[in-house]
Amino acid sequence: MNATEDPLWFRALLVALAVLTGLLLLALPLAAVFTEALRRGGEAALAAILEPDTLAAIRMTLIVAAISVPLNTVGGLAAAWCIAKHDFPGKRLLVTLVELPFSVSPVISGLVFVLIFGLQGWLGPWLQARGIQVIFALPGLVLATLFVTFPFVARTVLPLMQDQGRAEEEAAATLGAGGWQIFRRVTLPNIRWALLAGVLLCNARAMGEFGAVSVVSGHIRGQTNTMPLHVEILYNEYQFAGAFAVAALLALLGLVTLAAKAVLERWSGRVAGEAG
Amino acid sequence: MSVIVEGLVRRFGTTAALDGVSLAVRDGEFVALLGPSGSGKTTLLRVLAGLEPQEEGRVAIAGREMAGVPARERGIGVMFQNYALFRHMNVFDNIAFGLSVLPRGRRPGRAELTARVRELLRLTQIPELERRWPDQLSGGQRQRVALARALAIEPRLLLLDEPFGALDALVRREVRRWLRGLHDRLGITTILVTHDQEEAMELADRVALLESGRIAQFDTPSALLAAPATPFVAGFLGEAARLEGQVAGGVLRFRLPGLPPLAVALPDGPATAFLRPREVVAHPAPEGPLIRLVRATAEGEARLVVELAEDVTLDAVATPHGAVQGEWPRRQAACRLEITGAQVFGAGGARGMAGALRLAEVR
Repeated sequence: MNATEDPLWFRALLVALAVLTGLLLLALPLAAVFTEALRRGGEAALAAILEPDTLAAIRMTLIVAAISVPLNTVGGLAAAWCIAKHDFPGKRLLVTLVELPFSVSPVISGLVFVLIFGLQGWLGPWLQARGIQVIFALPGLVLATLFVTFPFVARTVLPLMQDQGRAEEEAAATLGAGGWQIFRRVTLPNIRWALLAGVLLCNARAMGEFGAVSVVSGHIRGQTNTMPLHVEILYNEYQFAGAFAVAALLALLGLVTLAAKAVLERWSGRVAGEAG
Repeated sequence: MSVIVEGLVRRFGTTAALDGVSLAVRDGEFVALLGPSGSGKTTLLRVLAGLEPQEEGRVAIAGREMAGVPARERGIGVMFQNYALFRHMNVFDNIAFGLSVLPRGRRPGRAELTARVRELLRLTQIPELERRWPDQLSGGQRQRVALARALAIEPRLLLLDEPFGALDALVRREVRRWLRGLHDRLGITTILVTHDQEEAMELADRVALLESGRIAQFDTPSALLAAPATPFVAGFLGEAARLEGQVAGGVLRFRLPGLPPLAVALPDGPATAFLRPREVVAHPAPEGPLIRLVRATAEGEARLVVELAEDVTLDAVATPHGAVQGEWPRRQAACRLEITGAQVFGAGGARGMAGALRLAEVR
């Protein structure tokens, strides 16, 4: 036993504690979702999912994610690039702004959008006069999701970018590369795995977001409902089988995302290992 | 190509990293920018490369004004301190980078590009590393890749930022010779940044010694050692010890005991002398300052640390030259110090060479 090692009983206790917490708080709820969903058999669950309103909710979730994830990928990447590779006045303010959605309750961010774009809001009347509806429509859902999921890409990429510094970019510049060439051939390849991980996390949150979306959605069935909102509606209407079936599907999407991230990390580790 | 720098100023906040630097480098010359850390040598290199803006003053390279010319249009080869190899590219792609980002009309074809890269690999003696990744390379190999990458754009000016910092002492000496040989063969004007005076003295035709954002002296290595222009230069080069004294009637007397007076052609007044270890010779004597440490150098010479007063020591060599043997020199032995020469700076910055005083001169 060396000096930094604790006694066996202590280590066993720690491990047991970690496993117990993991089981109780993470694995058990997940298992419950799937058992509840399949309680009346796979067919019943499938039938619940194939309900038109449910299908509409799934479609809406996918559309919102398909719009907001690419936008946040570009935006987050740009923010991280500005912060890590450049000096400018107000840089710390930008860092704080990037993290803002993490610290603000999603419900509040939803309310803010209602305040700005709602009928009684600042821009609402102007938009309505031109026949543009933001709140209780797709644009509102996308805006709320964009706000809530903005930090994911920026925060996963930024530490790596800062760690890598600017030396390679400077070397590329002295070798004659222009700004876009430097970004595409030096900066981007150096962060590609972190970027993909950030995109996956962003996607998981975009599909699962409840709070902000709930405020701006209006819960119009078959129109502005996303999957998490639909789960709540079904649950409140005592349609437990349907609620758990949709919840299981949502959980499955999250699990697939996590698995993809894990595979990616192993793969990138192997690639780096081959290089190193 | 020639490099002309005039009155260059670069500030970071309120501190001036470059405070009016002027320098003229001739075509094909090998120049070292030497100085303690924070003296502005790296900043000067970065301004030349176009990575830092020049605030005041001018830079002209091969007769062309560089103000507002971005780094990518300068065509200067830069080797960075930690080499800054592209970590996700193998050695071949690292070296090929400069050629592959050329505008389409000037970009070489696949076959020509491969041939050029292979030629550079041969020149830097690393053809076997072509398919390796940067993190599979040793420090010396990385350095060669970085140099090959910088040479790929056929620069007529090469800037090297502390190129030997990451190498161990043994490799360093060998790589230094090789680099100087390469310079002599290719004839590329080269500017090297270093804090290591041995490196600067061995490699460069001329050395610019920087002191807090200014050039203290720019001259050949031998001239720098023989005639340092300022007390800073005298103190920085050659591990010289700084001693205070007083000049009266052409004789310098030191404030500390145990040192002989020196003859010096300076006006009366306070003076500062710089003594290099080689210029202080210890002879065996029944009494006098005590030897505190004896160390044999790699050249077989006996280096001594002599205690002049409490907590004041002076580096010296022992006579006879080239010997550590028997009773002399040894620790705690008394000695008589002879000073064979010294750089002395008198009142108002007047400079003089001091020498041993002949008996007739002592009045």
